Amino acid sequence: MLLEQILFFVAAAGAIGGALGVVLLRNPFFSVLALVAHLVALALLFLLLNAEFIAAAQLVVYAGAVMVLYVFVVAYIGGVEDPLGGTGLVGRLGPVFAGALLAELTIAVVGSGLDALNTRGADIPAGFGSPGAIGKLLLEKFLIPFEAASFLLLVAAVGAIVLARRRRGLEEADADDMPDRAGRAPIGYPGGRAGAGEGDDEGPPPGTAEGLGDPTPVREPVTPEPA
Amino acid sequence: MDVVWFVVLAAFIFCIGAAGVLTRRNPLVVLLCLELMLNAGNLALVAFSRMVGNREGQVFALIVMVVAACEVVIGLGLIVAMYRRRLAIDVDEMRELSG
Repeated sequence: MLLEQILFFVAAAGAIGGALGVVLLRNPFFSVLALVAHLVALALLFLLLNAEFIAAAQLVVYAGAVMVLYVFVVAYIGGVEDPLGGTGLVGRLGPVFAGALLAELTIAVVGSGLDALNTRGADIPAGFGSPGAIGKLLLEKFLIPFEAASFLLLVAAVGAIVLARRRRGLEEADADDMPDRAGRAPIGYPGGRAGAGEGDDEGPPPGTAEGLGDPTPVREPVTPEPA
Repeated sequence: MDVVWFVVLAAFIFCIGAAGVLTRRNPLVVLLCLELMLNAGNLALVAFSRMVGNREGQVFALIVMVVAACEVVIGLGLIVAMYRRRLAIDVDEMRELSG
């Protein structure tokens, strides 16, 4: 009992710390690492809730596969650090909104008077969240949602390939159509991409990021007129 | 541990994620904060599943994980497409659909 409480508070501190790290760290790469710590802590919480299969799936699928995808994309894009403070009305009111939401949710949970919330929960049989039990449910009672989920994954995979493929054969992107600051660091933060200095932030040189056949148009560097 | 602890923790994580979605400007970090919110929902689902003594909440949590994976794949594909077209990696500058 005491061990369970210690484990809960350690895991809860890890989960909240990881979540705060995701939101507050400025480098996206560190945000991804903080999310990995958050996911591991969450897997421990799932174990405390007798959900063994969910905990294992969380570690293998989320902290393993999905986070590797994130790290790949962060490495490809380059860590564009951005300033923390939000801009605009939504950005400034965001923390206020989140605080109000938290107060409301906490009042709803604590004040709901659900007696069952203040117990350890129902008596459960052994192997409550074991892979066998969950798999039996998935393949018997929830077969249609299971197949729908697999179809959703297929559609998402095809969609991602279509979105991220090379634009060969489609209409050539015209340099005139692009915004002025295309591919650069956010406004108000000098030199966002690694290795880009002041006035040098023109993105990766063509032919390096995509190989020799990069179809994206070459942006001519602006050379100052000699006086 | 009482179930209420887990539910309050899920509320905390959800609100941190919501604050991140509203304030951060890098779409990668916005996706990460969306993951936080989905994970908070997962934690609440599993906690209630434990409370009722019914395994079906855990199946819902699995389906939520599948949906989250799809969302990540499409979101990262969009970000890579933005990068390839040399668009700014900044949600505040993606105004073409805002009308």
